[in-house]
Amino acid sequence: MKFEEEYEKPSWMVMNMRTAFGRAYPRIIGVNREPSWVFFDTFFPILAIAAYIYVYTALQAPPQYLGYVVIGGAMTAYWMNVLWGMAAQLYWEKEMGNLELYMVAPISRMAIMAGMAIGGMFTSTVRAVTTILAGVFIFGITLTLEEPLMFIGIFIFTMTALYGMGMMFASLYMMWGREAWHMSNLLTEPIYLVSGFYFPVKGFQFLMGDPGFWLAVGASIIPVTLGLDGMRQCFFGPGDGFLPLWVELVCLIILTVIFLILARFSLSYMENLAKKEGRLTLKWQ
Amino acid sequence: MAMSMNRRVFKWSTWLGWQLESNWTDPFPFIIYSIAKPIAGSLILVVMYSIIAGIGGQTDIGLFHYMYVSNAFFMFVAQVLFGITWVIHDDREHYRTLKYLYISPSNFFVYMMGRTISKLLVTTLAVIVTMAFGVFFLGVPLDILGVNWLLFIVVMFIGLACVMSFGLALAGLSFLTAKHSMGMNEGVAGIFYMFCGVIFPISILPAWGISLAKVLPVTYWLELIRRTLDLGVGIDTALAGISTVDSLWILSISTIVFAIISVGIFKLGDYVARSRGLIDMTTAY
Repeated sequence: MKFEEEYEKPSWMVMNMRTAFGRAYPRIIGVNREPSWVFFDTFFPILAIAAYIYVYTALQAPPQYLGYVVIGGAMTAYWMNVLWGMAAQLYWEKEMGNLELYMVAPISRMAIMAGMAIGGMFTSTVRAVTTILAGVFIFGITLTLEEPLMFIGIFIFTMTALYGMGMMFASLYMMWGREAWHMSNLLTEPIYLVSGFYFPVKGFQFLMGDPGFWLAVGASIIPVTLGLDGMRQCFFGPGDGFLPLWVELVCLIILTVIFLILARFSLSYMENLAKKEGRLTLKWQ
Repeated sequence: MAMSMNRRVFKWSTWLGWQLESNWTDPFPFIIYSIAKPIAGSLILVVMYSIIAGIGGQTDIGLFHYMYVSNAFFMFVAQVLFGITWVIHDDREHYRTLKYLYISPSNFFVYMMGRTISKLLVTTLAVIVTMAFGVFFLGVPLDILGVNWLLFIVVMFIGLACVMSFGLALAGLSFLTAKHSMGMNEGVAGIFYMFCGVIFPISILPAWGISLAKVLPVTYWLELIRRTLDLGVGIDTALAGISTVDSLWILSISTIVFAIISVGIFKLGDYVARSRGLIDMTTAY
């Protein structure tokens, strides 16, 4: 009996869904095989965030600023995951020898990236939830969700746009060598600064006037900027909000569409370029 | 003979580390990269302080100087801790050279020290740039002629030895952990960030936190740096009753104790990794 008769080829959709599940699986199972992760990746990062809470305490800041830090701290988990678990991951896969296997497999690269995103989101969500729980139970921060539907919308589109951007970055990392690692490293603190992870992004406008406003507008290209601001408004009201909530939601929807389309084209373009230049299997550059 | 070999191993591992840090790009982008990250990290605190001061919170400029200087020098802690542990993961899983280093006649411990020195060099550049930025653009009142440079050099030497010994302990643990366990480095750095009076005085911690802070040598190291540079003095750090000489003694003794413990942890990690066959482990989640 021929193989084709025994094995019915799955539809395109099923095959890519299996791909996404298959790529997410080792990330979720992998962390269970490494129990130390739960401690290191959930308890320890809280300490750095706690330090910023104490800074605001020392500065006698209004109480909502402590909440801003907690929400910003929770979102760092996703940003770090996008940088290291999505974008830089293709570089790492190339170094490990997996990238060439991905390329010869008859599957969509987007499905692989989606699997990475789902697996990464699982670990990041555990870390983010732990951070928020620590904020509430250890530091006594009151979080009242004033706009639950808006919060859900903003969170979903922030995540989709953010991971779409991660996929787009990943295509660049397919070409790069060690620059990729350093680029991820570089996009940590500067993005924490311009996206307002530890203070409301409206603070730029408050401190610098119009240039500050435009700085915040520029930073809004990174979905986490508006996502963070929107989530903070959902919890603490529009007082320190940068733009009205609905405007932020619309911007995030637009960013989601743009980044997913760009990711699709960018992955395809960079894959072809990398093949032409023979960089797909080039290791230890 | 052994001494001569160790000297060579130290020299070439330092060179290797420097090449890995810097030769991925041209000198100009490398300088921008080295400057952007620390400056952004410091600017986060500047913006936080400015916003709160602007809305009527704490406006003690001494507190700002305290935060800025401590945060700048804390880069040594964060970078060296991260650098040492990353050597294990990088050599084991990325370049896959760890097993070859093990079977070579070189002393692995000396190799690790050499790799750390290159990290120290890059971090020193970042600290100098951050301090210069503070002095020239943010009005941090550093009086270079008034600094007790001899004491400063002694304090730096002991402090860096202390940080390197902590890094060695983490490197010992890294033999046994997966590559994604960067949370461990982040977390240990977070403990120091939180409890050593880096960006806020330890006096605002709860009593148990102050007790813990007084056990950690990094607390005394940063306090001595602030005293020698005469910056951030006058803030209630809960260490006012401890003279500079006593602080130096505490730092020296605790460094020796932690160094002995760290070498023990490193040797234990090394032994367990070899017994369990983890020297060439790869964890490509």
